[in-house]
Amino acid sequence: MAEEGKAIDALGQFELGTVFGPVGASVGFTQSNLYMLISGCLIVALMVLGMRQRAMVPGRMQSLAESAYGFIDDMLLAQVGSEGRRFFPFVFTLFMFILFGNMLGLFPYAFTYTSHISMTFVMALTVFVLITVVAISLHGTKFFGYFFPEGAPIWLAPIIIPVEIVSYLSRPISLSIRLFANMVAGHVMLKVFASFVVMLGALGTIGPFIAIMPLAINVALIGFEVLVAFLQAYVFAILTCIYLHDAVHLH
Amino acid sequence: MNERESLDRRLKAARDRQGLDKVPDAKGALPSTWGVGLRAGVEVVSALVVGVGLGLVLDRWLGTWPWLFLVFFVLGAAAGVLNVYRLFTPRSGARKD
Repeated sequence: MAEEGKAIDALGQFELGTVFGPVGASVGFTQSNLYMLISGCLIVALMVLGMRQRAMVPGRMQSLAESAYGFIDDMLLAQVGSEGRRFFPFVFTLFMFILFGNMLGLFPYAFTYTSHISMTFVMALTVFVLITVVAISLHGTKFFGYFFPEGAPIWLAPIIIPVEIVSYLSRPISLSIRLFANMVAGHVMLKVFASFVVMLGALGTIGPFIAIMPLAINVALIGFEVLVAFLQAYVFAILTCIYLHDAVHLH
Repeated sequence: MNERESLDRRLKAARDRQGLDKVPDAKGALPSTWGVGLRAGVEVVSALVVGVGLGLVLDRWLGTWPWLFLVFFVLGAAAGVLNVYRLFTPRSGARKD
């Protein structure tokens, strides 16, 4: 698309469209939904097929499944403590879903569903509702003491309490913006440099030689994006764990 | 047991010789500076978004434009600073709990 006009169409890749022809169009089944479905199937396949043999010495698939499981289990144990174990299914699902979404989005022609703020915000909102419900159900009205630290002078309450409430409410926003912004920024950069490759490549005899430079940058960027894809899934999961720690222990 | 210890020892020596064990902290240095900067920025922006959003909604509801907006803008900025402060203070354990 970029080679037609002078402009670089970096944001076109995030446009939603329906798939599966008229059937998909009538129910509004977008390519975003398609990739969510694919990543869900891949995760289930990894866990079910990987753990089917239950070998003492794991094969490739089994060790991948086991290390993913152990990774989240260790994280929960370290961040929340032994009470955190019961949140394992939630955090594990969240982590794998984001990780697979980020990684699948790096394939050519694939769609990154984590690059939409509506998607990431709904996930962050789920986490937010969960931590609030957990905190209230475990601590009752003591939960509201969270907004006013003990030992602070009482006359500061009108300032501290609104600030703490705004800070608490900003959690889902920061959680969703971080993931969304990282994914969008990475894909826009990839697209811009890929457009440079095409534009410079069309520049007569010398073009292909200059085009090697943006191509090299893109190769490096892909490696960086794989890192970011994992890191953002990790950050989302670990922040969920930290918030769960706050909810379970209140400070 | 003895065999296993000796294997571990030889493995460790071989890994040290090849410099394999130093890889993690060398790699961790690159994204962390960027990551921390980005996280601090996101924390401030999101607190401001919440503050401004709350202010606008309350103003529309109570018809007090622009006073609550101004108050909540300042509260959002303060919450953003608080978020960044929390980001850099070592958490849990250090506190009384």
